[in-house]
This record gives sequence, C-alpha cells and structure tokens, in this order.
Amino acid sequence: MTATTGQPASVAARASDVWKVYGSGEAQVIALRGVSAEFERGRFTAIMGPSGSGKSTLMHCLAGLDTVTRGTVHVGDTTVTGLGDAGLTKLRRDKVGFIFQQFNLLPTLTAKENILLPLSIAGRKADPAWYDVVIETVGLRDRLDHRPAQLSGGQQQRVACARALVARPEVIFADEPTGNLDSRSGAEVLNFLRNSVREHGQTIVMVTHDPTAAAYADRVVFLADGQIVSELIEPTAETVLDTMKKLDTPAEVAG
Amino acid sequence: MFRATLKSLLARKVRLVLSGLAVVLGVTFVSGAFVLTDTLGRSFDSLFADAYAEVDVNVAAKPKLEVGEMEGQQISGPFPATALETVRAVDGVAEATGVVSTDGARLIGSNGKAVTSFGAPQLGGNWTGESDLVQLREGRAPQADNEIVINKGLADAGKVALGDRVGVLTLEPRQDFTIVGIFGYSGDRDSLGGVNEVMFTTPVAQQLMLGEPDVYNSIVVTAADGVSAEGLRDSVAAAVGDGYVVKTGEQLSADAAAGLKEGLAFFNRILLGFAAVALLVGTFLILNTFSIIVAQRTRELALLRAVGASGKQIIGSVVLEAIAVGLIASVFGLAAGIGIGALLAYLFGNLAGGLVLAGVAVPAAAVIGAFGVGLVITVLAALLPALRAARIPPIAAMQDVATPDRPLTKITVAGALVTAVGATLLFLGLGGHAGGNTLATILGGVLFSFIGVALLTPLISKPVVAALGAVFAGWVPGKLGRLNSGRNPRRTAITAAALMVGIALVTGITVILDSAKSSITGLIQDNVKAELVIAGVQSGPRPPTFDPAVLTETKAIPGVRMVDGQYVDQALVGDERAWVGAVTEPAAMRQIYGAEATAGDIDRLAPGQMMISSDTAESRGLSVGSTVPVQFARGDAQTYTVTGIYESSPILGPVMLPADAARNFSVTQPSQAFIQLEAGTSVSDVLPRIEALLADSPEVSVADREAFLEEQTGQLDGLLQMIQILLALAIVIAVLGIINTLALSVLERTRELGLLRAIGLRRSQTMGMITVEAVVISVFGALLGVVVGSGLGAAVVEALKDEGITELVLPWGQMGVFLGLAALIGVIAAVLPAIRAARINVLGAIAHD
Repeated sequence: MTATTGQPASVAARASDVWKVYGSGEAQVIALRGVSAEFERGRFTAIMGPSGSGKSTLMHCLAGLDTVTRGTVHVGDTTVTGLGDAGLTKLRRDKVGFIFQQFNLLPTLTAKENILLPLSIAGRKADPAWYDVVIETVGLRDRLDHRPAQLSGGQQQRVACARALVARPEVIFADEPTGNLDSRSGAEVLNFLRNSVREHGQTIVMVTHDPTAAAYADRVVFLADGQIVSELIEPTAETVLDTMKKLDTPAEVAG
Repeated sequence: MFRATLKSLLARKVRLVLSGLAVVLGVTFVSGAFVLTDTLGRSFDSLFADAYAEVDVNVAAKPKLEVGEMEGQQISGPFPATALETVRAVDGVAEATGVVSTDGARLIGSNGKAVTSFGAPQLGGNWTGESDLVQLREGRAPQADNEIVINKGLADAGKVALGDRVGVLTLEPRQDFTIVGIFGYSGDRDSLGGVNEVMFTTPVAQQLMLGEPDVYNSIVVTAADGVSAEGLRDSVAAAVGDGYVVKTGEQLSADAAAGLKEGLAFFNRILLGFAAVALLVGTFLILNTFSIIVAQRTRELALLRAVGASGKQIIGSVVLEAIAVGLIASVFGLAAGIGIGALLAYLFGNLAGGLVLAGVAVPAAAVIGAFGVGLVITVLAALLPALRAARIPPIAAMQDVATPDRPLTKITVAGALVTAVGATLLFLGLGGHAGGNTLATILGGVLFSFIGVALLTPLISKPVVAALGAVFAGWVPGKLGRLNSGRNPRRTAITAAALMVGIALVTGITVILDSAKSSITGLIQDNVKAELVIAGVQSGPRPPTFDPAVLTETKAIPGVRMVDGQYVDQALVGDERAWVGAVTEPAAMRQIYGAEATAGDIDRLAPGQMMISSDTAESRGLSVGSTVPVQFARGDAQTYTVTGIYESSPILGPVMLPADAARNFSVTQPSQAFIQLEAGTSVSDVLPRIEALLADSPEVSVADREAFLEEQTGQLDGLLQMIQILLALAIVIAVLGIINTLALSVLERTRELGLLRAIGLRRSQTMGMITVEAVVISVFGALLGVVVGSGLGAAVVEALKDEGITELVLPWGQMGVFLGLAALIGVIAAVLPAIRAARINVLGAIAHD
C-alpha cells in the first residue's frame, strides 16, 4: 500500500519501494517490504506500529543512518540511497536533524554549546533572530549556561529539540522523543514540536508507539510486518488507538 | 566467581593486551639483563679457563699499588730475571718460563691511527713460543730486535699483514717493527675476548713494556708429572719469598673472571635501573587500565554484588584478572628477554672479536626476576582499582548513576605529602646527610617525587589542560577534544604522568650533563691561558699519550711562550691513594692554570719536591716543609717535601710533582700538554708545526682551546645519547598508555561519537577530535616532565657545586624539542583510536540501549 498526500513538489522526504533485509538464509529477517511513503514539507507525521513492525528501520533508512536493500530514499532533492560517508555527513549537516529518546547531549558542553554544536561543526553561524526564536520557544533562556547533568530530563530533551531546530533542517527525525520522559514533560516537548511545525513550517517525522504522542501529529502512518497498512489524517488519541487495535498485535497498544 | 572472572577477562582481552605490553617490556629488560650478563659471565669464565689452562702455577711480584678493576690499571711490577732460576730449582717444577705481558702496546694501523680495542687490554710481551693455546698462523717467531708477531685479530683491525713495517707505541714513543708472524688461538679464535697482543723478543719486551732490562712480570710454571698445582704453589711460594704472589692457574683464572664480573655486575645494575624506570611507567599504565575497566564494569560488578557476591570476592576477581595478565605478560617478557639477552651477547661477542659464547642459558635470577617483577607490579597496580570496585553499591546495577566527580582533596593532600617526602629524601641525599646510603636515598627521593607529582597531577591538569587547549579554541573538533581530555582529571593525569617519568629523567640528566659541560668549559675558558692543547680521547683504562720529545720540540717553535706537559697517575701518597700529576713546567701553575699560592713557592719544583692543593694540605695536616712518602706504580717509595701550596681549584689536581716522577708512573708518557703563545702569534701559524711533530703520536692531536673543549665534552654527549636511547623505552611505554587510555575512552563514548556523527561531524573531524585529546594529554605530560626534570637536575647541580659544577644550564632547545616530540607522540598515539572512532557505525552507536 502506498501512502500519498499533497503535491510531489512539497515533499520533504520520500521512500520509494524500500526493502530492508537483514541476514540471509534461514536467519533472514525482512524488516521492510517495499515501503513507499512521502512526507510533506511543513507537516508533522508520526510513524506508528507495533514493536518489530519496522517503524524504526524506516526512519533510520529515511535519515540515511541505515542503507536500504532495494528501493530509493530522497530527502528534499537529495537522493540518499548510494551516498558515501562524506555525502551522508553533508546530508546530516544541511538537511536532517535528530531528536533521540536518550537526549544524547554532550556532557562536556553547556546547553547553549550543545544547541549550537551542529552549526559549529559545520562551520556556520546561527541566524541570531532564529536562534532567539528557538530559545524563546523552548523556554530555556535562563538555563543556557548549565551542563546537561544540571538539567532535568524534560529540559535536556528541550535542549535536544532546540539543537535539531536551530539549523533549520529540511526534516527533523524524532525517535521516541518522549519515551524517557514523564507525561507532563512529554506533553511540553510534543507541544513544542507541533508549534514549530505550525508556526515555523518545520517538517518533522516522529516514530512513536504512544497513541497520545501520535495524536499531536498532522498525520499518522501505520506499519505492520514491514508494510504500510493504514494512515490517519488529523488523528486523535482515540482514532489512533482504534486503528492500532485493528492491527494484529494489540498488546503493544497499552499506552 | 572464578569462571566469571575468566570470561570477563577473555571478553576484554584486547584492552588488556596494551597494558600487558607495558609489563612485557619491563620484564624483557629485567630478564634480558640477567641473561646477557650470565651468558657473558660464563663466556669469560671459559675464556679465562682457556687462557690459563696451561698454567699450573703463576708467580708475580706483589703490586706496588692496589688498584681495583673499575678504578684504573693495576701494574704487576717487574722483578729480576734471577727469580726464574730460583723457581726452576724448586722440586716438582717441570718447566718455568719468564713472561713479559702488560697492557699498553698500541699498534699503529695502516691508516696511521693507533688501533683501539674498545676497552680490552692491548698487551705487549715476549714471545715464548707456540702452545696448545697460541698457534702461529703465518710466518715465524721474532728473532731480531725489530721483529714482532701479532695476533690475527689485531692484524685485521689494523689492516696490516705479514712483512709490513709498523709503528708500535709502548712505554717508549713510537718504534717501528717488521711483522714476521701472525698468530691465533686454539678453537680458530683470532683474539681472546677482544684482547690485542704484540709479541717482541724478550729483551725488547722487557725494555719497552717493563722499562728495564732483565726483568719479567710473571713466571709461568708447569708442574712435573704427579705434582699437584696446589702443592707446587706452596713450595714455589716458599722458595721465592715474601715479595711475590704465587697462584695456581685456576686461582688466576678465577681472579681474572671475578674482576671482569665486577664490571658485568655494574652493567647489570645499570640495565636493571632502566628496567625499574620502565616498570614504574608500566605501573601507571596498568593502574589506569584497571581503573577504567572497573569504571566501565560498574553495572556488571554491582549486579554481581546484587546477586550476592561479597566485596572480597569482587576484589578477588579484579586481582585474579591482574594475576592472569601479570603471568601471561611475564611469560612473554621472559621469552623476549632471553631472545634479546642472547642477541646482545652475540653482538657483544662479535664486537669483542673472538669471544666464543657459552651456550645461552636462563639463570634462575632471570626467571625469578621476570615473574616476581611482572606479577608483583601488576597486582600492586590493580589493587587500588580493585578496592574501588569493592565499594560499588549493588544499587548501581539498577540505576544509571552518573559517577559524580570525586573531589580531588584527598589525592592532592596525599600527593603533597609524598612529594614532600621525596623532596626531603632528595635534600638529604644530595646534601650528603644520608650517611652511607646516599645513592639509595637519592633514588628513593626521585621515586617518591615522581609518585607525589603524579598524585598532584589531577589538580594541576585542570588549569594546564585548559590553557593548552586554548590553542585549539577556534576549531570545533579541537575544542571537543580538549574538553574530553579535561573530562576525567585522574585518567588524564595518570596517562600524562607516565610520560612525565621518562621525559623528566631525560631532562634531568640533560640539565646535569649540560651544566657540567658548560661549567667545565667556563672554568677552562676563564682560568686556562693556553691557546693550544695536545690531547686525545680516552677509550679504556689508559689515557692516550704522546712522545715527550714533542714538548721540547714544541717549545722551540718560534712564537711559543710556554709548554706544560702533564702526566697523570694514581699513587699512594702517605697512606692514602690519590691522583697525582707531574708537570714539565712548574711555572705554568701560575701562568697557564692561574693557580694562586697560599703558602710557599709554586713557581718551581726540584726533584724530590711537591706542591699540594690547599684542601689536601688541610685534610692531611700538611704544610710547607712537611715530608711525605709516595709509592708509585713502579719502583720503591720515595720521599717528597712540600714546597708550595696552591688554592684548590677544580682544574688543578690535589698533588703536583716534578716531571721526573713520571718515570715511575704506570703510564710513563705525557697525556696532555697546554701551550701558551707569545702575544701576537697566530694560532694558525703554530698549529701545523705541532701537528707535524705529532705524526708519530697518533693517539693525540693538537687543537685550539675551543676544539679541545668540544672534544672533551663530546664524551658527555655520547653518554647522554646512550641514556636517551635507554629511556626512550619508558617513553614508548607511556605512548602505549596514551593509546590505551584513548582506546578505552573511545569505547566508553561510543554513543556520544555516534551522536556527533549523526549531527554532522565528518570522519576527519572525529579523528581530529581524538588527536587533539591525545596531543593535549601528551604535551601536558611532557610539560610536567620538563618541569620536574629541570627541578631534579637543578637540585643535583646545586649539590655538585663544590665539585666545580657551578653553572646551571637549562636546555631550552632540548625542552622545546621534547614538547614538539610530545605533540608528535600524541598524534601517533591517536592514530588507531581515531580510526576506530571514525569507523563507529552511527546507527549502531545511537540505537544501542
């Protein structure tokens, strides 16, 4: 099944007939079976599915963190498939931002330095106006000189979000961004992600197994057994939960 | 528990290999030293046994002056040939041969230079015919006074052949001889352990080697059938009386071997000293490795605690790991040590020409040393991390406890205390307050200082590393690298401290030697008013000498104002041994050497008169007019009267005698001459003329004062280079330490590296980051080393002030080189960890939980 919405011109990331196979022979595992999907610019898309459905693999392939066995992946006008390490590094610098479940901040740097790290690595300067906007949005102005160890989990994740946003990438990939947070901090982070899409036109692709989190997205794509099986536009927690229940492994939908 | 330990050991074998390598290198040094000295010792035993195999009993005169193997040359004095008749008349003597054989026959090779022997004796003697040991290979025995036979080794070294006319330097200046025979030794040897031999006819040998006709310096006795060597020894001893030393061949061989082994033991101690340095550095490395491993295994160890392991069992598990590493490393170290010891023995045997090596065996000392050192060092180093491991609470298994930065107060206080102990020991040792244990006290002081500074290093590292890193401030990977190196002060500190030890020792020794060099140079430049100097480079117990006739001929050259030739030897002055000098021109004391009289007359010396330094006068209670008996290496004791006392100075010896005293010295020719020119005479006019005079004295050359100083101090440079090569090993181990620390850090920060790559850090930037971390650590270590080394060197120089080392020279250039080298070391050490970091799979790094 192919999920398509909107015009091709406004696509931020696209997977075309992507297959991902691990191992060979008897130990062979097919993680993705010919997935084709487009993720529109300026929208917040959630990828959902039970554990083992291939949702993380799809995101890794889209972000160029993993190679595909067959098919192609595009981010903006860049063909990710077939890029070497230098090309992938450039892609990460210019087009892609990441938010991880484990925050992944550098303990040696202050919050501000962590936020600006991708830009300094690439040898670029932050746009001061945009930097101000980001700091204001994440609400960390008085915490900028603290090191990660001095921040709470929610604050750390907001630093991580700011880090992804400040470079204005083509697309931000968020991997279970609320997985390590309590529900209040999680809600803060999700609100903040949704606002960056609505107010600043950022594109976000988020992998989650939490229906409440998915409800913040504009659209939810459901995966099962390595294939796209369903999708929802303007989801609510209830509609997401219903769709999940229809999928074969209901045990995953506890959240 | 045992199985768990073993499994975790196997799982981390790569990490342990590097730290094990440090132990391997240290153990290699220890066991190599023992194998080398043991092999050489046994080789020399059999050499001497061979050399004295045909000697049943040997008769020699009692030496006039006892001089130890390490202190100079012992002359077994000549005795009248009539003693030979006395010995022949003894019952049980089958054959007695009068022998002349003494060091100091220097053949001038085909290149016009005197052949040297790398310290082995250059014997000159009388040809007593072929024997089981000595066999003519070519030609015949010497029959005329201008004929000699020489051993094959010497002929090869001097590139001379049968029939050549060659010059030989002896007690007399150069005389020319025709080589009529070339001989070798049994077993197809060209030389016995590097010894060169020139054999003359007996009368010539007596004159040239012993200085008088009709004398020998030993008699070799063969016992008649059925007579025991010991019995014959006693009856010969009774016959010749008191003035002689009579020994069996076995005794003689054992004595010779014992003397040589004294030298080998000294050599062994030096090698063990360097092994100790290597092991000290290795200890730091092992300590660090185990600390990191324990830190990384916090969760695992806590889990073991949670499932019921006791603290003791945890300690046991870490120590067991250390024992395993120590054992394996000792085995490899021992094997490598045996190989290197054998190789060095082989090289030495070749150098010594014809030293037939006894089979390489592994002495018990090598095995005990290897395992003792390897195990003890490893376990000791692992003890601290083991104790820390035992303190991990079981709860750590459940939580992701960020280990808080432990305060540095305790370690800093401990460091300050240990450093203070080290400094005190150094003060006591260097100040001469340590009684008979000066060396031990100084070495203890150095060791404690190193450990103390190592403990202080974490505190020092914070500001210094930040300052060093400032260089990279403008470059993001550089900044990250610098931050990483400041991240764990203990780890950085101990890694840097390992490098510190080697560099501090090299710097310290350089400071001492450079200061000595500069002090000597300054002293001579300020005090010696001579434009030209005749001297050579000494390469053995005998100083190089020249024909005394050169002195008068030089004096006759127009423009030469004053020439003073110097003879040097040891003699028994009163009842104490002392260095004595004989001068040909007493007026030079004041006019060339700038001596100042404190009493009496120091401008002239008649036979029977002596001048002494003010220190000597004081310590021996002598004054002008005192009489002192002096026993030289040759002749009977003579009485000298003190006629002048001069102010003590490092360039003037304690006792000065008139030139005629030198005929009783062991070396009867001058070894140095200082030449003062008339004002307005150019050095370049006189120099070639003196050069021409020295044509037949190839051991020395004439040079202006600067060249002379360079030649003399050049020997210090050679010493310095050798020490640097040996200490390079300690530095190599420190480099292993840096590699190890970095490799473990990279492993520890896999996730972080993955993240950095995910947000756009290039591979090259990743490598740059790791490299900067390594460079900061190693430059920090070198900086510490340079500072600590300068301090140690300055302390020693201060202590040697009275010995004439008055100038402190800090080798800035050298220190700069060390820092540059350290940066390079950092870059090299970073290569493997950096490649590893750059290859980290981004997805694997960030996705693993």
